[in-house]
Amino acid sequence: MGNLLEHMGIEKDRVHFSWISSAEATKFVDVVKEISDKVKALGPNKKFVKDYS
Amino acid sequence: MDTCIQKIREIAGDLLEKGEVERVIGFAEGSIPMATSPVAISTKEDAQKLCFSSTCGLNLANYASKEKGKKIAVVAKGCDSRNLVTHIVENQIDRDNLYIIGVPCPGMVDKFKIAAEMGGEITGFEEAGDTLIVSTVDDKKELNKQDYLRHNCSLCTHKNPVLFDVLVGEEVEEQQLDNAYPDVDAIEALTADGRWKHFEELTQNCIRCYACRNACPLCYCPTCFVDESGPQWVGKGQDKTDVDTFHFLRAFHCAGRCTDCGACVEACPMGINVRDFTRKLNKDAQDMFGWEAGLTIDKRPPLDAYSPDDPNDFIK
Ligand code: SF4
Ligand code: SF4
Repeated sequence: MGNLLEHMGIEKDRVHFSWISSAEATKFVDVVKEISDKVKALGPNKKFVKDYS
Repeated sequence: MDTCIQKIREIAGDLLEKGEVERVIGFAEGSIPMATSPVAISTKEDAQKLCFSSTCGLNLANYASKEKGKKIAVVAKGCDSRNLVTHIVENQIDRDNLYIIGVPCPGMVDKFKIAAEMGGEITGFEEAGDTLIVSTVDDKKELNKQDYLRHNCSLCTHKNPVLFDVLVGEEVEEQQLDNAYPDVDAIEALTADGRWKHFEELTQNCIRCYACRNACPLCYCPTCFVDESGPQWVGKGQDKTDVDTFHFLRAFHCAGRCTDCGACVEACPMGINVRDFTRKLNKDAQDMFGWEAGLTIDKRPPLDAYSPDDPNDFIK
């Protein structure tokens, strides 16, 4: 799924997949940090966004 | 070709007369040149209606799953047979209820390309081996079929049916390709924005008629996600994001199952090459799982079986 999104032009760093157990609090924090850093670096997403106005 | 049509008619008539099948699904001439259409016949007399030519580009496996529980025979090119295999693997039809009349495929022609070459309305279409004799009201041209093959047929490596009960012609030679996905590579080579632009332009004329979905043998769900209203997964209008969502999800539902038969493109009235979506998934299935859909009834498809060796480096 990530591959097809990337193929359509959605940057790879926008979509992340992870498996985190409820006992893995530190892993959760690490993954969220990594995701937000990567997404911030890309800036706001303009693709696949529906304009309701 | 003529001997193969004779054989199809003979076999179909025989099967119906003996009561071995209730229906035979094949192609018949349409009302205008090059517009052959799928038919289901149930009497020996009607077997004379069956035909076969390079314009039989739809996939007859699509109609086989709609005759569940009945004994049927299907005229199948290489790709149709692969979709029949997929139907068997996905429990949509029972092998015992199915008689496959296999046709080693000479390749199908690209009707849009021929129409563009001829300009006016096509009034006549004949074939003599690799020569296509196409006429309009005021013109007649002989075209080399190899230059007018559909894109998927030009890259096809399974022209011979992979599963059949009878073959109506000599097996044809299969081509070996150095690169089976040059078109996918070309899109991959673009930047993210370039790829986005490519797909935006590709689908800009889509009228959401869903002919691509309806022609596809893989799309047999009783209610498609695009038709559902509770919950409504995707908007129903012409909003570009909804159009893209339809295409993205339609393609994704074909992951590891698409045989690149080209019926979706054949059916599209707007000439959109929706295979640009599915071919990326086919290439991934090949690269990640060494999988090509519909080659054998003895193996489970990759998305339906777990293996500890499955690639999982996408997950953190
Ligand atoms: S057949 Fe063509 S126009 Fe119709 S929904 Fe599919 S891509 Fe769009
Ligand atoms: S998605 Fe298109 S090419 Fe693939 S199986 Fe369906 S109709 Fe054939």
